[in-house]
Amino acid sequence: MSAHDVFIARHSFIELTARERARALLDPGTFRELLGPFDRLESPWLAMQNVVCQSDDGVVIARGALGGEPAVIAAIEPAFQGGSIGEVSGTKIAAALELAAREFDAGRTIRPVILFETGGVRLQEANLGLAVIAEIHAAIVALRRHVPVVGVIGGMVGCFGGMSLAAALCTELVMTRQARLGMNGPEVIEEEAGIGELDSGDRRLIWSMIGGEERVAVGLADTLVEDDTGEVRDAVLAAFGRGVPASHRSEQVERQLERLARVNPDAIDPESLRALWQGDAR
Amino acid sequence: MENIRYEYPAARPVARRAHVGVVGSGDLEVLLSPSGTQHAEVVIRTSVDGYGHVWKSVLDRFFSRYDGAAKIELNDFGATPGVVMLRLAEAVEASEPGNAQGDRR
Repeated sequence: MSAHDVFIARHSFIELTARERARALLDPGTFRELLGPFDRLESPWLAMQNVVCQSDDGVVIARGALGGEPAVIAAIEPAFQGGSIGEVSGTKIAAALELAAREFDAGRTIRPVILFETGGVRLQEANLGLAVIAEIHAAIVALRRHVPVVGVIGGMVGCFGGMSLAAALCTELVMTRQARLGMNGPEVIEEEAGIGELDSGDRRLIWSMIGGEERVAVGLADTLVEDDTGEVRDAVLAAFGRGVPASHRSEQVERQLERLARVNPDAIDPESLRALWQGDAR
Repeated sequence: MENIRYEYPAARPVARRAHVGVVGSGDLEVLLSPSGTQHAEVVIRTSVDGYGHVWKSVLDRFFSRYDGAAKIELNDFGATPGVVMLRLAEAVEASEPGNAQGDRR
């Protein structure tokens, strides 16, 4: 196939809404939404601050099957409030993961997937959002003993703030080239430390530092995929196929400290980090 | 943020509910469900204040061709009239019998 044919044959994952993403990843015809729009579980805090609510608060929880196995997907909607995590949207994710853990207590299995697309906590909901992000962290750690918790960062919002920690706690992370993963977003860094520290308008620089290709190359994420629904699904299925590892990335404290010790903060750029860290991804 | 409500006459019941769109920049979310009355009811929450007359024009035109007894909730984040009309048409299509995209619950 020519490059043109390859491109035309692709079915974009990034362009889908959260609901469409969940539906596209699950086995055909198995999508069933829990707490959907007509359950009207929306934020009680946004309207007080003159912000229009969304009827699902920006998170879609879907049950279904993945590769024939029972599955639950928590998908964050990038277009609503930058995928920010509020009290309700965050609780939906945490509760879905906690219920998934209970399946294992009952002797059943389920495959949990989180579709990240978030700037982190929703500032209008402050501490309530932060508290529930901590619950998401705890739920991932509890669940990943039983089954891989697979995260996907699609783009174009990326995954930042407290939710970047949630992503880092996942057993495996799938990223597109367009996706970004980082603690503080580039705009925040520029605002706090000045344009001399980081020019957030320099897209080539930003993506070379925190984009999917670099994150996979240095072993902070696992699978790089093109913006194609089929590729994302294949990568998620492959991650479940590898099962629960002997130790998770976030448990390998000594190894990460050793990796950090090799870095010279005065002379670091994306290329030298790759040279330092490439090859020792697990 | 502004809350607006309208009522329109209806001639037939609505088969089932439908949900389309997201509350993203320049877009809106539409929840269409059977109103349970003889009328259609439209409830709008919009991020843009002072455009009641435009909403009225858009809905007058929409209801000149739609006669379902639906409750239509619009959560709007600055959609243009064209986008509003498209989303309304999409919601109606999804709520008609025989459409697999509709919400059967």
